[in-house]
Order: sequence, then structure tokens, then C-alpha cells
Amino acid sequence: MESIGVLMLIPMNTYLEQELQKRYNLFKLWTAPQKPQFIKEHANSIRAVVGNAGAGADAELIEALPRLEIVSSFSVGVDKIDLAKCREKGIRVTNTPDVLTEDVADLAIGLMLAVLRRLCESDRYVRSGKWKKGDYKLTTKFSGKTVGIIGLGRIGMAVAKRAEAFNCPICYYSRTEKSDTKYKYYPSVVELASNCQILVVACPLTEETQHIVNREVMNALGPKGVLINIGRGPHVDEPELVSALVEGRLGGAGLDVYEHEPEVPEELFGLENVVLLPHVGSGTVETRKVMADLVLGNLEAHFLNKPLLTPLV
Amino acid sequence: MAHGIIYNHLDLPQVLVVRPPDSFSLYQSQYSHKFHFLKAWESPVPLDQFLSTNARNVQALLSCGRFPINVDLLRLLPSLRLVVTPSAGLNHIDLSECHSRGVAVANAGSVACCDVADLAVGLFIDVLRKISAADRYVKQGLWASKTSYPPGSKLKGKRIGIVGLGSIGQEVAKRLEAFGCSISYNSRNQKKSFSYPFYSNVVELSANSDALVICCGLSDQTHRLINKEVLLALGKEGVLINVGRGAIIDEKEMVQCLVQGDIGGAGLDVFENEPNVPKELFALDNVVLSPHRAAFTPETLTSMREIAVGNLEAFFSNKPLLSQVIDD
Repeated sequence: MESIGVLMLIPMNTYLEQELQKRYNLFKLWTAPQKPQFIKEHANSIRAVVGNAGAGADAELIEALPRLEIVSSFSVGVDKIDLAKCREKGIRVTNTPDVLTEDVADLAIGLMLAVLRRLCESDRYVRSGKWKKGDYKLTTKFSGKTVGIIGLGRIGMAVAKRAEAFNCPICYYSRTEKSDTKYKYYPSVVELASNCQILVVACPLTEETQHIVNREVMNALGPKGVLINIGRGPHVDEPELVSALVEGRLGGAGLDVYEHEPEVPEELFGLENVVLLPHVGSGTVETRKVMADLVLGNLEAHFLNKPLLTPLV
Repeated sequence: MAHGIIYNHLDLPQVLVVRPPDSFSLYQSQYSHKFHFLKAWESPVPLDQFLSTNARNVQALLSCGRFPINVDLLRLLPSLRLVVTPSAGLNHIDLSECHSRGVAVANAGSVACCDVADLAVGLFIDVLRKISAADRYVKQGLWASKTSYPPGSKLKGKRIGIVGLGSIGQEVAKRLEAFGCSISYNSRNQKKSFSYPFYSNVVELSANSDALVICCGLSDQTHRLINKEVLLALGKEGVLINVGRGAIIDEKEMVQCLVQGDIGGAGLDVFENEPNVPKELFALDNVVLSPHRAAFTPETLTSMREIAVGNLEAFFSNKPLLSQVIDD
């Protein structure tokens, strides 16, 4: 197994890195001073690529690796992988579905509470000594607020289940209405945004869902509405989001993802109605280990000619 | 509320207010056609003098939620039969002294329980998933290109020990179950209508929990209930959440445990000597601090005001109180 070349695109998990190092001939792309040169040098031995939400096998990379057989992503979202090209060339693709559903849903609710109840801001208030000078202001009730979910897949359903425990009515937008659910369906995101108080992005990123939250949607959500993005940065028109928040046309936002991570618009740093997280949706010790084991398990299965654990392509 | 009519105060039932509750101006503007508020704090004379001059016939008192209603005050009010507090908390009221004087007490009942439960859950998620710490990190411009933020801890499967399974504790339990947490509790009495495992001893509850959520009121029995033994039983990975009262926890011990890593983290809305917060906590990323705002949303404050007034109205019309505190 040592002679199998595996290209890891960016650092993502120490345990995963160590295990890959043990089992394969691991090439760490981020350590290369000249990436194209590095790839060219090792192209003949690289049979697998390991990426994540931030970096995947795009067309250019796939073309540069003639011996590539499998792309195993340390994420559920695969928008950075050229799936069509993989299909064309018979390259397998695996991701990490299900195992991170709960963590991402937990974080969505955490962001809702943090924004509405101003958890981060009031923590700042205490730490700065301001509480000695006066009480912090009132914050917005979360229980009972209508939650609108874009994308009622695994993560969307998990968010709904949690929000229901807070007596939140649930509504959603999806490509097609789901027959097996009691939640209220809206046929467009603008209509959904007009009828909810908290809008959550929980769908995959595809060509169709780019900027699914645009200026019109944000205006519909309104000055008391809150946007929660636990999907992908490009789901939201980021410059429009910044101006909507700065101008007060949107009531608040809780963001875990951005269009150009790790860049975050600095205009958002001083806003007390905005909570910013560094893409930690699946960021728990427990889940990262399970995700890593899934990546390792998929690679092992592939090279032993066994059925893949979580194939997408 | 009719305009241009001056109400004859002598016709309206008197309600003594020693110190004003939050948003007292709203009580004034909305209810001064129903009650004559006797505003003791506006008088230049000392309180006991004001009361002996003006409050001998007063039957009802509207508390501000903090000023102590104790024997020193009660003996100056010979006609008092009702104390109404807009808070859920009762630790500022000497309940047994009221009881022995035949003074009924009414509080806010369970109107605040959802907001308080929401804050408890919010603090818990924040501590486990490092939300406030990560928000600070991003807003300080520290998110560099190739680093991934240190991971937090999963909620699912965490064993939650609820201290006090009253209306707040029940709402906390309902919420955390949806995250896949398991619930156990300690309370004055076992609640037969709930199937959660009951521990009669807080140390045992703590030893079998990954997190303790303090939802009980402050009383002689719960003062310093969460002591060193309980904290050490909670353990290095354990998380402490307090939305009750600061004095339920031995604060000095808790601070030491946090600083030394004997417990894993804390989310605190209340402190022993508010608004003072032990400054050792400011250096800790595994602690989330909230300035006693769990019940403070406009909706809950309105509900608290409405139920306080509802209790006063019921009393003056000889009807049963809406949310009488039964001393048990």
C-alpha cells in the first residue's frame, strides 16, 4: 500500500494526515513552493486525492493527474469537485454524508440563539467591564419564531426537528415539494423569506443555487429578519449581504461560510447583530474523527476492490 | 386608557412600590386608572417614616424584584396581605415571614420559562461549539488561510443533569432532547409525570452528567448547592450552565476549578455579586458570560407586567390569584 500516491490538498485534520502518511505515500500539496511543478513531479504515482470543503479536484487538477482513480472528500459538500469530469473519466468520488448532519444542525440553532439573544455581544459587554456601568439591553425572543429552511435534506430536517423543540413553526423551500412532511412549502425563496423570521440556508451548492439568497430575498426577509448560512458562501450574494446589514435592511446574520474563505468582509466585524464563525459546521472532535475514518475507509475499500462506503460517483 | 380625566386617587386601591420594577413607567401609564401607586422612592423622607405616615392601610405591594421583602419591611406594613413580584425569582422575599403574617405572595409564574430555557441552551451550545470564542477570533481578523479552528464537542449523546425540574428545567429538557442529549435531574421532589432518571443527590447527578444546568431558585437549601465536591464530580470535560442565581454555586470554587481545568467550561447568566464578575473568567475561552438577561426580552417583560397586574386585579376583586407561590 505504501507505493500508492495520495495527494492531500490542504491541511484539514491531523489524525487523517497521520493515518494517510502511515498507509500511503502522502503528498502534501500545501507544502510545495511551486504547486504545478510539484504536481507534475508526482503525477505518475498519484492515484487518490483527498480534499475538503475548501479545496477539491477541479478540472485542471484532474487533467494533471492521469493515474487518478478516486477523490475522497473530507466534507459532505462537493461543490469544489468537478463531478462531471470525474464521471467522464471513471474517477470515483466519495464524501462524508450523515455523520456531520447533527453537528451542522446544532450549529445552525446555536447561531440563531447567538444572533437573536446577542450571546457574543453580551459576553463582550461583560468582559469589557460595561456591565458595571449599566444593564445590557433587551434581546429578541427566539422561541416561537418562524424558521424558513432552504433545502429540506438531511441537514434541513435536523434543523427543523431542533427548532420545533423551541415551538418554532417551520416552513421551507425545496426544488420540489416533499409529500412526506407536515411543514409548509413555499415555491420560491422570496416567498419563503417573506413568511419567516429566520431563514436558514441548508441546500447543496450547485449552479442553480448560486446566490439563491440575493438582494430581493434579503429585502423580503427584512429589517427584523435573520439569515443563517450553514451551506456555502456562494449561496449568498455577499456584497449585497454586507450592504443589507450595514443599511439595516436585514435584521441580522449568523454565518459559518463565506464566498472567499478565509476572507470575511471587515464591514461585518463591528456589527452587533452579526455572528461570524470560521467554517466550523462539522467542527467537533468526535465528528472530525468519524469523517476521517470514512475518508480512510473509502480509500481502503477502493484499493482493495471492495464496495465504497459512501460513493457519490 | 382615557385621556383628560383625573382619577381620584382615594377611590383606587393602593399599591405600595418601594423601589420601581423595570419599566415602571409602563405600569404607570397603562394602569394608573386602576391602581394608586404609592411611590416610596420618590419621597425625600426615610423609608420607615414614609411608610408609617402613608402605608398603614396598604394591602398590596409591588416588588421591584430585588429590594428585600423581609421582617424589617413587613413590620411597617400592618395591613399588608399581598406581595406581587414581577420576577420568577423569590430569593429577595422572606417567604416564611410572609406566610406567618398571612401575606400571600405572587410571582411571574412560568411566563419567563421559554426565554430562560432558550438562554440556557444557547449558552450550552456556545460553550460546546465555542461560538463566542470563534466569533471573537474571526472579528479580530485571526482566521488565517491554512488553519482550521480547534474543534469543539458534539452535543448528541451528552448526558445533561438538570438541577431543578420546574417550568424552566422542563423547557430546557425538552429542547436538549431534540439535540440527542439524555436528561437526568435533581429536584426537591421527584416528578412522577416525567420519566427522566431522578437523583436525590446532586453529587451523584453530577458524577453521571457531562453537563449540569442550574434551573432552580435560590433558597436556604440551594445556597452553595454546587460546591467543590459537585464540581469535581462533574469533571475535566464537564460543563456548568447557570440561569438560576449566582449564589447557588460556590463561585470562588468554580472559578478555581475553571482556571485549573478541573471542569471543562461554563456558561453563566448569573453571579454572586452582580454586576461584579470574577475577572479570572475574562481570560478563559471556555467560559461564556451573560449579564443576567435570560428573561429579558420585550415579550417576557410585557408578560411579567401583565401577570403582576393580573394578580393585583384578582386580589382587589376577591378572586383567586393567578400565580400564587405556595410554600412547600
